[in-house]
Amino acid sequence: MQGKLIKRFNQQRFMFEELVKRDFKKKYKRTVLGMGWSILSPLLHLLVMKVVFTQYFGRDMPHYTTYLFAGNIVFSYFRETTTGSMTALTSNAKIFTKINVPKYLFLFSKNVSSLINFAITFMVFLLFTALDGVPFTPKFILLIYPIFCLILFNLGIGLVLSALNVFFRDTHYLYDIFVLLLMYMSAIFYRVDALSPTVQRFFLLNPVYCVIQYVRLIVLEGAIPSPAYHLLLLGYAMASLLIGGLIYKKKNHEFLYYV
Amino acid sequence: MPIIQANNVSIRYITGDFKDIGLKEYILRHIKGQYQVKEFWATRGITFSLERGDMLGIIGSNGAGKSTLLKAISGIMVPTKGEIQVHGSVAALLELTSGFDNDLTVKENTYLRGALMGYTRKFMDDKYDEIIAFAELKDFQDRLFKQLSSGMKSRLAFSIACLVRPDILILDEVLAVGDGAFRKKSGEKMQEILKSGVTGLLVSHSIDQVTELCNKILWLDKGKQIRFGDDVHGICSEYQEHLGFKRAKKRVLRINRF
Repeated sequence: MQGKLIKRFNQQRFMFEELVKRDFKKKYKRTVLGMGWSILSPLLHLLVMKVVFTQYFGRDMPHYTTYLFAGNIVFSYFRETTTGSMTALTSNAKIFTKINVPKYLFLFSKNVSSLINFAITFMVFLLFTALDGVPFTPKFILLIYPIFCLILFNLGIGLVLSALNVFFRDTHYLYDIFVLLLMYMSAIFYRVDALSPTVQRFFLLNPVYCVIQYVRLIVLEGAIPSPAYHLLLLGYAMASLLIGGLIYKKKNHEFLYYV
Repeated sequence: MPIIQANNVSIRYITGDFKDIGLKEYILRHIKGQYQVKEFWATRGITFSLERGDMLGIIGSNGAGKSTLLKAISGIMVPTKGEIQVHGSVAALLELTSGFDNDLTVKENTYLRGALMGYTRKFMDDKYDEIIAFAELKDFQDRLFKQLSSGMKSRLAFSIACLVRPDILILDEVLAVGDGAFRKKSGEKMQEILKSGVTGLLVSHSIDQVTELCNKILWLDKGKQIRFGDDVHGICSEYQEHLGFKRAKKRVLRINRF
C-alpha cells in the first residue's frame, strides 16, 4: 500500500513538473523582455498610481509609495493568479478527455508561474521600501504568514473559477467586473482610518484587504496583528480551499460533458 | 478473479444547448423556462468480465457506445449506473495525437505526454532515445510540434504510447499508423505487445483484425449489448449477417422507390 502511494506521488510529481515547465515556456517563449516584463509591469503600475493619487491621498502621509506598493503587489498577485487559473480546465480539455489525469494538477501548475512572478516583484518591493527609508525589522519574517495564506486562498478561488468557467463561458467577463469592484474596496490607494469604525469592520470581509493590511502593519508600523487576525486569514484560506476542493470532488466526472 | 468486471454498466450523456452558454444566458433561460437538458444513454446495461490475458474485441456500428465504454474502463468517465471493477494499471490509447502542445518542441512534448501517461522521469530518461528512434524523428527533436507533418505527429504519439507495459491496454482503432513502412513496423509492434500476455480491449471496424487477435467478443448496437462471449467466429459472422441484412434492407427500399 505504501509503495503504491509513493509510486503515485512520484508519477504525479513528474506530471506536475512537466506541466509547470510547459506553462512557463508558453508564457515567456515569444516575449523579448520575458520575465523582465513581470518586474516592469508592476513598477509602471505603481508609477501611474503614484502620479495620480499622491496629490489626493498621500499628501500628509509618510511612506505613501510603500503603502501604495504593498497594496498593489498583493492585489496584482491575487488578480493574476485567479484570472490565470480560470482557464486551467478549459485549455486542457483535450488532455483530460483522453487521458485519465488528476485535473487539479493543471490548476496547481498555473499557480506556480504566477507565484514565481510574485516572488520577484516582492523582492523589488523590499528594495523600494529600503529606498523609501523604511527601517527593516526582524518582524519582516512574519510576512511569510499572510503570503502563505494568500497562496492557499488563491488556489481555492482558482479551483472555483476554473470549474465555473467550464459550465459558464462568460465567467471571465463577470469576474473582471467583480475584481474591479474588489480592487476599489481593498484600500489600495486610500486609507481606511478616516472612515467610521463600523465601515472599517466591513473591510475585514475582504480577504485580499486583510492580507494587504497585514503586510502594511508589519512593514510600515512594525506592529504584529492580533492572534484573531491570524486566524481570520487562515480561515479565509481554508474556506476557499474547502469550497474549491468540494466542487472539484463533486463535479470531477461532469466537466467532460461541458468542454 | 476477473481482471475487469463490468456489471450492468449504463452511461448517460447529457446533451442540449447548454454548452458554451454563459451564466447570464443560463439564468435568463431558467426564468423563461427554456432551459432544456436532454439525456442520452450511450451504453445501457453492459455486463462482461475479462480474465488476465484475455483480448476483447468490441464491435458495432458508429454510435454504438464503444468509445464511451472504453472511456469508462480507463477511468475518464464513471458509469451513471452499474459498476466497473478494474484490477491493474490501465493504459488507454484514445485519439493519439490530440492533447499535444503545438508550441512546445518534440522533445518537450514527449516528456509531457510521458508524464501524463503516468510514466516516471527515470523511465522517460531511459526510453527517450528509443522513442525518438522508433518514431524516426531524430533530426526533428528540437522542432516545434506544429511544424511536424500529420504523419510524423501520429508516429510520435504511437511511439510514446507503445512503451506502455500496462496490465490492461485499451485501443481505439490505433493498431497501426503512418505510411507504408512505418505502418508495417507499428502494426508488428502492436502485435508484439498484444501477444505479451497483456489484457486488452480493442475497438475495431475490421472484422478480420478482430477474429485474428481476440478471444472474446462484445457486440454493441445503439448502446445495448447484443452478444458477449468467446465464440469469436460465431458472433462475428452473426454481426456481419446483421450488417449485410441492414444493407440488403436499404437496397430493397431503394428498389421499391423506383
